[in-house]
This record gives sequence, C-alpha cells and structure tokens, in this order.
Amino acid sequence: MRRTMLFLPGNSPKMIVNGGVLGSDSIIFDLEDAVAPDEKDAARLLVKEALKNLDFGKCEIIVRINSLDTEFWEEDIEEIIPLKPDVIMPTKVSGAEYIRRLDEKMSEVEKKHSIEQGSIKLIPLLETACGIENAYEIARASSRMAALYLGAEDLTADLRCARTKEGKEIEYARTRLVCAARAAGIEVYDTPFTDVDDMEGLEKDTRHAKALGFTGKAVINPRHVDCVNEIFSPTEAEIEYAREVIEAIEQGKKEGRGAVSLRGKMIDAPIVERAKNVLSAAEEISGGAPCRN
Amino acid sequence: MQKLVKDIKTAIEKCGLQDGMCIGFHHHLRGGDYVLNMVMEQIAELGIKDLTINASSIHESHTPLIEHMKNGTVTGLVTAYIGPTVGKAVSQGVLKNPVVFQTHGYRPAGMAKGEYRPDISFIAAPSSDPMGNCTGKIGKSACGSLGYAFSDAEYAGKVVVITDNLVDYPLTQYSISETSVDYVVKVDEIGDPKGIVSGTTRMPRNPVSLKIAQQAAKAIDASGLLKDGFSFQTGAGGASLATAAYLKDIMLEKEIKGSYALGGITGYLVEMLEAGCFQAIQDVQCFDLKAVQSIRDNPCHAEISAAHYASPDAKSSAASSLDVVVLGATEIDVDFNVNVHTDSNGYIMGGSGGHSDVAQEAKMTIIVAPLLRTRYAVVKKHVKCISTPGDSVDILVTEYGICVNPKREDLKQRLTEAGLLVVDIHDLQKKAEKITGIPEEPEEKESRVVAEVMYRDGSIIDRIYQV
Repeated sequence: MRRTMLFLPGNSPKMIVNGGVLGSDSIIFDLEDAVAPDEKDAARLLVKEALKNLDFGKCEIIVRINSLDTEFWEEDIEEIIPLKPDVIMPTKVSGAEYIRRLDEKMSEVEKKHSIEQGSIKLIPLLETACGIENAYEIARASSRMAALYLGAEDLTADLRCARTKEGKEIEYARTRLVCAARAAGIEVYDTPFTDVDDMEGLEKDTRHAKALGFTGKAVINPRHVDCVNEIFSPTEAEIEYAREVIEAIEQGKKEGRGAVSLRGKMIDAPIVERAKNVLSAAEEISGGAPCRN
Repeated sequence: MQKLVKDIKTAIEKCGLQDGMCIGFHHHLRGGDYVLNMVMEQIAELGIKDLTINASSIHESHTPLIEHMKNGTVTGLVTAYIGPTVGKAVSQGVLKNPVVFQTHGYRPAGMAKGEYRPDISFIAAPSSDPMGNCTGKIGKSACGSLGYAFSDAEYAGKVVVITDNLVDYPLTQYSISETSVDYVVKVDEIGDPKGIVSGTTRMPRNPVSLKIAQQAAKAIDASGLLKDGFSFQTGAGGASLATAAYLKDIMLEKEIKGSYALGGITGYLVEMLEAGCFQAIQDVQCFDLKAVQSIRDNPCHAEISAAHYASPDAKSSAASSLDVVVLGATEIDVDFNVNVHTDSNGYIMGGSGGHSDVAQEAKMTIIVAPLLRTRYAVVKKHVKCISTPGDSVDILVTEYGICVNPKREDLKQRLTEAGLLVVDIHDLQKKAEKITGIPEEPEEKESRVVAEVMYRDGSIIDRIYQV
C-alpha cells in the first residue's frame, strides 16, 4: 500500500536517518533535483550507506535517480541497485524507449550482483508534455512498472504555463495519467502539494486527487504525511460497505444465486474487486501500517 | 524611613557584606539579566572575597561570573541550572568549591532549614516603589512572575530590590511586599528585554519533534488521566511545547475542562487557558510576552512562589496535585534515569530546574526526546549524570515508539490498547548504538568533584567531575 511517498534529500543525513519514522508508506531518497551537481557523488554514497546500515521498518524504499540525459544516471544505477531498493524512480521520462534503456541497464546490474531479474520495480516520473502524451506506452514498457507518478512543477514549465494551487493547468495531465495507468493495470500517484504551510490547501488538493482516481500522493514535507494518509485511507463507512459486499456475495454463493443485490443495487465484479481492495488496505493499516505510530 | 539608596555599592555597604557570606539572586530576567553582573562588579571593586552565590539559575548573560570565580571573589555556587558557558568553565575547574545543584523546589525548602540562606539577596524588580513593594508584571523590563524571588524575600538576612522603574508609593499590585525589603536601588536598566522574554514562543517545525509530541499527546489521552479536572505541566522546548498544542486539540475535541496548567508558562498554555482547556494557570515563571500579558491581565493566571510550585517540605504544593508533566532530557538510560546536567563531553550545560521535583510529584511523568541528536545517542546504557532518578519517570516518548517504565505495567496496557507503539527501552538503546557506535567517554578527573547533584530530599544523588 502506497498512500504517501515522502521525498528525502539524498544529501541530508539528518533527514535520512529519520526516514522510517515519519509516517509515510514509502520514502523516496532523492539523488536528482534536491542535490546540487557537485554533491551528486556524496548523496549517492550517503544513500548507499543508509540503505546498507539503517532500518526503515516496513517503509518501501524508492530511490529517485538522475535523468537519462545526464552523466549521473548510470552510476546511480550501478551503485544503488546492489542495495536492492524496492523501486527506482526515473525522472523526466518521455517515452517507452527511455524505460527500455533503463530496464536493460537495471537488468545488467541485477545480473552482475545475482539479484533476481526484474525484482526491482519502477515508478517513472512523468513531468514533460511528451511524457504525459506517451503515458500509456510508458506504463506498458516494462514488467517492472508498478505505477506512474505525475510531476507538475517541471510539467508546467514545459507547458509554459503558471503552476497554480487550483491546478486547472494540470487537470488534463492528471486525468490522462490516471486513465493510462489504470488501462495498464498499475497504480498512479499525484504530484506533491508544494506550499508546506497551507494545510487547508493540501487537504483540498489531496481530496481532488483521490476523487480523480489516484492511489496516493507524493509529499515533500513530513508535516503533510498524516493528512494525505488519512484521505487515501478507506473511511469507516467504506470499510463497512465493503464488508457487507463480501458477506452478501458469500451468502449469494451459499444460496446458489447468480445475481446478488445490496442496498437495492446489483453487486457486479468491479464492486467486489473494489471491496476487496478496501478491506485489504484497511487490514494493512490496522495491522500496524509500518511507519504509523 | 529612607530605603532608597543612591546606588548598588551603597546598598552593599549598608547591608554589611563581608568575606565568606552567601548572596542570593533570582533568574526571572533569564538571558537578559544585568543585575547579577552589576552587583558582582561592585562587590569585586570593594575587594570582598570568598562569597557563595545562591542563584535560582545562571544564564548565558552571566559569563562575567567566570572572572569573579577565577579571582576568588566567588568560591561557591548553589543553583538549579547553569548555562553552557559558565557551565564549561565550572567543569574545567574554575570554581574553588563544588557547585551544589539544587532543584527549584528544594531551594526554598533548604533556605527554610537554614541551608545556603543568603545573608543578602538582590532582587531584580521590573517595577518597585521606594519602600520595596515590587512586581515583575509591569515596567519596560517586565518578566511576569517573580516566583523564585519570594524565598529570597522571606529568608535572606537583608533584601535589596533593584529596579529600573521606580513608581510612586504605594505600588498596590505588588508581588513582594515592603515588609521584607531593606533597601531599594534605582538603576537605568535591570536587563535587556529581548533576553528576558521572547516575543512569541514559536511552535517547532522539526518533523521529528512534532511526531514525538503527537505521540506524547496520544499517550496522555490514553493514560486515563485526561478528564475534567486534569492538571498539566510542560516545558518550553521543542517537543514539550508541541505536546501542548496537540493536547489542546484533543481537549477541545473531547470538551475536557482541565483544572490548571503549571510551571514555566508560555503563550501556548495561555491559549489553552483562554480556550477553556484549564480554569487556571499557576505560574512560577513566564517565558514569553503573551504569558507576561496574561499574568498581568487575567485573574485566572496566578503568580506562585517556588515553594508553592514544588517545595518538598510544603504541606502541599501545585506540583503535588499534578496529573501529567512533559519534560525533556539530554540523555536517558535503560533504567529511565535522566540527565539534564551535562553534555556528551561531560561539561555542565544545564541543570534540573524543577525537573526532578515535578517528575517525582506528577501522576505521570513523560520524557520526550529523540533517539539521536546529531551523532549522539540520547537513549544510553548509563547516563553520565543522574539528574532525575528513573523511578520517578513513567514513560519515554521517542520517534521510534514509547517506552514504559516496568513499574507501570498498568500504563503499558493502556497505551497498547490505544494502539500506540510500545517498545522496550533496551531495544531502543541498541538501535541507537547501532547507528552511532559506542562513543569514547570523555576523560574526567575523578579526583576533583566540580559539582554535586542534590535531590529534592536534600541527599546527594550524583557528582560531576572535572573535565
């Protein structure tokens, strides 16, 4: 379950050491934008040592690497893959070819270090007009693909429009990404809300993302974690309804009924699937979602 | 009767200060205090030696004291707290006799028994009339409560009030009455307002502090103590302060009407009072302008003396009715002993203040601390100095979970049932050690004791050695 993905600058030991206790489901160690070019090697070294020596509990570990048009990405892969992070997050992903090139390099390093081929997943950051337009192709470009992730800051620069809190300018990108990811059968994550002090704005933005179909949202400040987690967690009413759905289906099976209805509505396969997802998320949260508490 | 004298030197002479005597100061002007330095400068000029200072705390503004220690003007110090600069000098052996670290609660109890009773106390007063009726609530150097000065007024042989705001007789809203005062001195400034109280005490932004605070507030909620009539104390530092903010939300949501907030008071506790979370504040010291304004204007915000706050010999004290206190720690060990006196290099950089007083008295004592501070472990096998014994600490809240003192199985059960993450303190200590390694211990000269830590029952519970 990935409701929140928290960014931590790869060159900040103080932030990294606390990564596992800030409440997010995933942590993204950033080797890209948060790190100045002359500190890339220091950040890589620090993240490597952190992955080797620190305990991040059950938090999913994601490493955001430098874009394939930089001189840093290959070394990022060579140094980080041996530490077996859960996910690599490539940046400025423009098309399927980009992913295939990266996939090849990852496989090469996995093989060299006797790591199961394809075990390290990908969540590409789509933050260019090209990336958005090619979203479906990207989503299907590798078996490693776990989700798509929208980056609105670079995207709006590419679109030559202003980035606003209301976010009308990224509405197309948001819905397109959700559609592409769902069509490919993978998850989809929303861009962070960047005003760290505007908690009301954060809540509104997050509710909107959930309403569009996003699975979760990236956050750039630990203070945003709780709000986003809460919104992307199933509500009591949702959990109750899901339980009723499953019970009704089971009861229907026992009675040999083909069609089952609940609260006056027919229950079809997607409703059952959604109910299962809700219950599984609820179980994971109550079972001590790793970084909570 | 003429109490007003022309300057500090005259007051010292009239009081008959002699070599070997004890003199008293309070610390309500905190890092902005000029009075201790002005008095000591005059004493040094008069050539008086071998004095013991009994000051409720020593702050960073008091660094000239180091010189007076070096030249023998001051040879003894009794206090509840020493800031890092003077603390380091003391740790290096600058003072002839060991410092006696008392607690804020023991200071008045000790004075009542004649221990380190000042021959003369110098009371910095933000406003006074010429007969010595004085207060901290008004004046350009207003500091709010004068709680720690009450025992000086009561027990010192002679009492000198030093003010920068002389008002007409009689000052009716006084804290300390003229009945205790021998002399009054008017000076230009008793302190720097910027150092006396901060403008506003800001909520910390550090995510780890906030996480700890949030868990501490949840632990209070789960403890069974958070109900109507609840009483509460918290410190003004990072996670302690933030705990009050989270607690306020819980109290408002559950419509809990507390009894009182206690201690050093910040604007956050004032906000809780004004929001109806408490019916009163009992204030021994103000930390910010909002607290000063509140103690002046709000009749539910009461000034109390150090004895009323936490004297172990009082028939009752505000501390003795306290439900929950949230305190910090420089170090805490697997037996829950807390060090707030020395840093990782063994240098003195603090003191108990009222830490061990309220820890012993409160029904639940919570220590809030991160597992690590920069490259040092906070949770250790053994603390370098025991300031507050572990048997008076109930829980430790860190960003990695909550540790419950084994003597509080009842509490452990309540926290676990509430879904809070309860962890073994030994596991946390090992986790910290795994990250930091085992640091080399600083070299201490065990032959030379530079300070003794006196518990609130008057016994010496630890010694601090020269570094």
